[in-house]
Amino acid sequence: MSETTQRSMGWSRREIARNIARDIPDGSVVNLGIGMPELVASCIPPDREVLFHTENGLLGMGPPPQPGEADPELINAGKQPVTAIPGAAYFHHADSFAMVRGGHIDICVLGAMQVSERGDLANWSMGEGDAAPAVGGAMDLVAGVRTIFIAMTHCASDGTPKIVERCTYPLTGAAVVSRIYTDLAILEVRAGELGVVELAPGVDFATLQRQTQAKLVMPRVPRTA
Amino acid sequence: MIDKRFDLAAAVADVKDGATVLVGGFGAAGSPIELLHALIDQGAKRLTIVSNNTGSGNVGLAALIKHGRVAKAICSFPRTANSTVFQDKYRAGEIELELVPQGTLAERLRAGGAGIPAFYTATGAGTRLAEGKETRRFGDREFVLEYGLRADFALIKCRRADRLGNLVYNKTARNFAPIMAIAAATTIVQTESYVEAGEIDPEVVVTPGVFVDRIVTIPNAAQESTLVAAGASYP
Repeated sequence: MSETTQRSMGWSRREIARNIARDIPDGSVVNLGIGMPELVASCIPPDREVLFHTENGLLGMGPPPQPGEADPELINAGKQPVTAIPGAAYFHHADSFAMVRGGHIDICVLGAMQVSERGDLANWSMGEGDAAPAVGGAMDLVAGVRTIFIAMTHCASDGTPKIVERCTYPLTGAAVVSRIYTDLAILEVRAGELGVVELAPGVDFATLQRQTQAKLVMPRVPRTA
Repeated sequence: MIDKRFDLAAAVADVKDGATVLVGGFGAAGSPIELLHALIDQGAKRLTIVSNNTGSGNVGLAALIKHGRVAKAICSFPRTANSTVFQDKYRAGEIELELVPQGTLAERLRAGGAGIPAFYTATGAGTRLAEGKETRRFGDREFVLEYGLRADFALIKCRRADRLGNLVYNKTARNFAPIMAIAAATTIVQTESYVEAGEIDPEVVVTPGVFVDRIVTIPNAAQESTLVAAGASYP
């Protein structure tokens, strides 16, 4: 996707990724989902060392290869060619998911179809009948990684709110999301309520609430950009 | 003397109709294309396939499915950008799907291979994929009972193998291969190169030879991604 989808109001995809990267501490081990979350890797501030895990068996994933240098046996979970940084390690799937399920990965950034006010996540199935469902590693990641960040547009392309009281799509995990980063705001799930951490430029609380199907709480001292 | 080398056709000759076959690979990386094509030639039917994906294009695992040899797939992500083979069979009701979260699939193989019949995991708790499964609370969390998985055969790919079956893999083509090797009654490996015992440093052996039964040397093996990009189909 390109930056041409940028609107007059709110953050671009790249800015959403930058907002997430800003909240990833030095020394973190991070797993990035497919799509917008992948943009986070190139937004990490240069003074921080962050190790990227890809569940198909690589810790220390580097950027995409130069043209002509792709190796079909060195790919990420999205099955795209990647590189391995100095100090990287390869391992098999049981070790990879021991990292995930055993709580050894600090942060996972995922996309979402819906997130509920209590942090339930739906991002693997629209629930339709005849297409074969696919889940991949999403349920393992949300069950095992301590902090789950969601990167997504605030509403679906038809304007339907994606942040809801209760998910109507099948759940990936219950009460698993810590923060939601959208084009309109940064939200935090705390004790079953959704707090606004930061509003995007040009977005006020009333506008945000209108585009959110769950009740939002404005903290007394919002973070400034 | 132990010598696990086989010819390609002989290596898969005794796969019977109705067998359960583990197939290594994650997307195109590590897919044992030549072994899969030998299995198509061999003709076994009504197979249950355990694999993370369901192949791409019209080669390898996708070709096995396309030719109607697979009755059931146990996998985590039966979808690929460039293949409709599995989806078409599924919509037509011609193939059964057991959808398993990727980490649960890996752990079921590891447990099966290690003689552990079942285990509890938090993965999937409270979701549709846990419906009908036993659950139990440990501390303040709910866990789902999942069963170890064993199979008749495993078809996997590695970079280097020695006479005793010790294996070393290549980058992220390793993925499911080591845990499939331990979970199958008969593990069949296609290796890029074959070396004498002692040429692989014991410190770097990834799969010890005890888990390997048959070795087929296939230098310059086809890469699934290259075949798919070229529009190849098998046979």
